[in-house]
Amino acid sequence: MSQKVTRRQFLNYSLMGVGSFMVAGMVLPMGRFAVDPLFQSDAEGSMIQTSISADDITEEPTQVDFSFIQQDGWYESEVTDFAWVYRDGDEIIALSPVCKHLGCTVSWATDDANPERFYCPCHNGLYEKNGNNVPGTPPTGPLDQYEVGVSDGYLTIGQIFPNELV
Amino acid sequence: MLNRIYDWIDDRMDITPIWRDVADHEVPEHVNPAYHFSAFVYCFGGLTFFIVVIQIISGMFLTMYYVPDIVNAWESVYYLQNEVAAGVIVRGMHHWGASLVVVMIFLHTLRVFFTGAYKAPRELNWVVGVLLFLVILGLAFTGYLLPWDMKALFATRVGLDIAASVPFIGDWIQTLLAGDEEIIGAQTLARFFAIHVFFLPAALFVLMAVHFIMIRRQGIAGPL
Repeated sequence: MSQKVTRRQFLNYSLMGVGSFMVAGMVLPMGRFAVDPLFQSDAEGSMIQTSISADDITEEPTQVDFSFIQQDGWYESEVTDFAWVYRDGDEIIALSPVCKHLGCTVSWATDDANPERFYCPCHNGLYEKNGNNVPGTPPTGPLDQYEVGVSDGYLTIGQIFPNELV
Repeated sequence: MLNRIYDWIDDRMDITPIWRDVADHEVPEHVNPAYHFSAFVYCFGGLTFFIVVIQIISGMFLTMYYVPDIVNAWESVYYLQNEVAAGVIVRGMHHWGASLVVVMIFLHTLRVFFTGAYKAPRELNWVVGVLLFLVILGLAFTGYLLPWDMKALFATRVGLDIAASVPFIGDWIQTLLAGDEEIIGAQTLARFFAIHVFFLPAALFVLMAVHFIMIRRQGIAGPL
């Protein structure tokens, strides 16, 4: 049953083995280099302080600006963003203004025909007050939510997450 | 004089068969617009190649001034277009040529489709052609971001959203393209530049070589 390895087979295997090592030695570092963004751990953001007093938040969605230091690879910059913030009973709700259709900016009650809805001017997308997209308009999902908190009486804004109100 | 130089080289390296094989071959009557004017539709592939060559050369010159950096990209494009002599022409060639390549490759595809030229034994050349079409679309998409103006930024946002809508692996594709999970920024621009200038052109050259070798091997499809 002993399988004899011929000189030719031996050389073939050796050359293929060495060749594979050489190819892998070149391809693996370059591949890992290219896909690195997939393995970057999410920077756990801290809550961002706003200048809005929690007591001033009404049931009418209001634009609340907030700034933070954004790290984009080697480039650090201060970025200003905003959320639509309103009070729902005891809870404070902060919705992302980024339309779920193509990423335009939605605003509250700017469409005369829909005074109680978020409106996207790009393709007439509509959302209910809780962020739920109105069927028959372009958006494919509800507006994202921001984590909110109150610190020293002032509103703080945290991570963005998929809408949990609808 | 030129003849003698040519002969001197040919004596030593026998280059005549090389260019004969590339350039000296019969054009069948049914694809020659000189016989049937309507045969101009058979020129679309060659015209696509011609414009691709213009894109490659004008793109090479554009990189003499362009920098893929979010602080300076827009300024460098503004400078090369408005301050550099003939900049508006060189950038114009690349800008309009980009759209023209997509139009011509589409017309070429239509011609091949409606003349049935994709049928056996040329199926593989159709497959390579479709890959070439995808590479051209990839070049158009990645090149669109490079001027780094608002139109470029938002077009890329939309494009990345579309990429992210791929089932299961969409988010990975988006992150791999953009270089970041959320931000379209410094890493995105650098990546798009690398893809636009190195990766996709490399794929383009290989696929074009295969495309042309196959058409020479199999010959032009017969008349309808």
